[in-house]
Amino acid sequence: MTEFLLGAALFVLVTVALGLIRVLRGPDDADRMLAAQLLGTGGVAVLLLLGVANGVNGVADLALMLALLAAFASVAFVTGVGQPGPPAPGAAADAARPSEQP
Amino acid sequence: MSLALVGDLSLALLILGLAVWTIGARGAYGAVVGFVAYGLLVALVWVRLAAVDVALTEAALGSGLMGLLLLRAAARLPHDPAPPAAGRAGRLALRVLVGLACAALAAGLAAVVLLLPEPAPSLAAAAGAALPATGLGNPVAGVLLAYRAIDTLLEAVVLVLALIGLWSLAADDAWGGRPGALRIGQPGPALVLLAQLLPPLGILVGIHLAWTGANHPGGAFQGAAVLAAMWAIVMVAGLSPPPRVDRRAVRLVLVVGAALFFAIGIGGVWWADAFLAYPADWAKPLILAIEAALTLSLAAALGLLLAGPPAVDPDPVAAGRAGVRS
Amino acid sequence: MSLALDLLTIVAVSLGAVFFLAGTLGLLRFPDTLTRLHALTKADNLGLGLVVLGLLPQVDWPLGALKLSAVWLLALLAGATVGQLLGAAVRPPPPVARVAGVAEESHP
Repeated sequence: MTEFLLGAALFVLVTVALGLIRVLRGPDDADRMLAAQLLGTGGVAVLLLLGVANGVNGVADLALMLALLAAFASVAFVTGVGQPGPPAPGAAADAARPSEQP
Repeated sequence: MSLALVGDLSLALLILGLAVWTIGARGAYGAVVGFVAYGLLVALVWVRLAAVDVALTEAALGSGLMGLLLLRAAARLPHDPAPPAAGRAGRLALRVLVGLACAALAAGLAAVVLLLPEPAPSLAAAAGAALPATGLGNPVAGVLLAYRAIDTLLEAVVLVLALIGLWSLAADDAWGGRPGALRIGQPGPALVLLAQLLPPLGILVGIHLAWTGANHPGGAFQGAAVLAAMWAIVMVAGLSPPPRVDRRAVRLVLVVGAALFFAIGIGGVWWADAFLAYPADWAKPLILAIEAALTLSLAAALGLLLAGPPAVDPDPVAAGRAGVRS
Repeated sequence: MSLALDLLTIVAVSLGAVFFLAGTLGLLRFPDTLTRLHALTKADNLGLGLVVLGLLPQVDWPLGALKLSAVWLLALLAGATVGQLLGAAVRPPPPVARVAGVAEESHP
């Protein structure tokens, strides 16, 4: 059973890795926002499989925290989008002023 | 070549590849996304090394909260056009130098780990042997709050100092006002829904993590980080404005953790013959009290660190109303 | 009895892994960010649910099983709302209007 769970963890890890490559390569920032969601589900699955396979204590708490923080990271990524682009020639003063966007 | 070894190698390769990509990423936003993903994967490595407390801290502080701070820093960087060709050789030389220094550091660390004598010198047995006297079941909690309590006390103080440093970045006419970095233009309905549904669960999880740290992996820092993250979500969605930083209640909550810790430490001089020593039968209740106060202070400090320096309020009337802006 | 439970674990975890593979295939092959988001949130969440179902017989009962279920429910909740959030952010917003230094943004 341990070997099977470790094998399943490895399989899911490979799918997460492939997904990460695709997500991070995505031509624009909108694609990269998906990374947190990918890890929030795939990473949690790998974690649970590894933890139960090796009988590590406290893995469920870590999984709860990972799910919460993946959601938090997604919020951070989404609200971090829409940053000021390259300043137009006449807008140098605009760009120098600290922006209120997070 | 056992399955566990293959799994570990794959995880290590994935993390290394992600790290290399993050360093070479073109845009700052992509690099921050890569960094957060990297942190979450390193938490898996810590689980493989059976260090769940470290994994909790890495996931919460190292990648979650840091991700938001890095994004904000990246957003404030000027988007300069391509750097001038004049100093290109100098910049290249600097990068090569930094790369060599990092490689030397990595090689040094690898040498230290690989050349350890077998069995490696460790205080784990002594730490475990002295644990029953503290009444705790988690040796990490024992180290943080009993054997090396002075370090934890100083960490709590350092966090407050960092917050003061952040507040000092406010403009003169904004001093004492509400932090402004989490204000976004127009939170959509999905964000508002998330901020209404997620924080209650998150608060439960955070308090659970802080409480269970006495006997299982967890602790004040990890719980406080989750609480701060939930508070940040509420602030971003506009459900509750950040508090004014000149309010006495805010400042009291920030210092109560370190102050209680310090007071108990001073009390130890009379009742247990040393600063931060606990009297024999009172160790566990005192430690739990310290953890509770510490969680509260750390959550407030981390949340305010995320909220940024005080800023001039663009709409003072609306900020006074705590309600959904949509 | 424990043989049946082990069989349940193997079947459920394998199905879960298949769904993760399907989700990743969708991520790799779909043409557009929104469709990729769909593949990610639906297939991966189902995969996680099956994995949790498969691990339930392997943890101590009832506390461990309750915690695992809580993990899955939280991931479902977070995934559903975050999916909406990401989708609303991905749809191209109208051009930002800069009026006298004040930027107006529409719904994110």
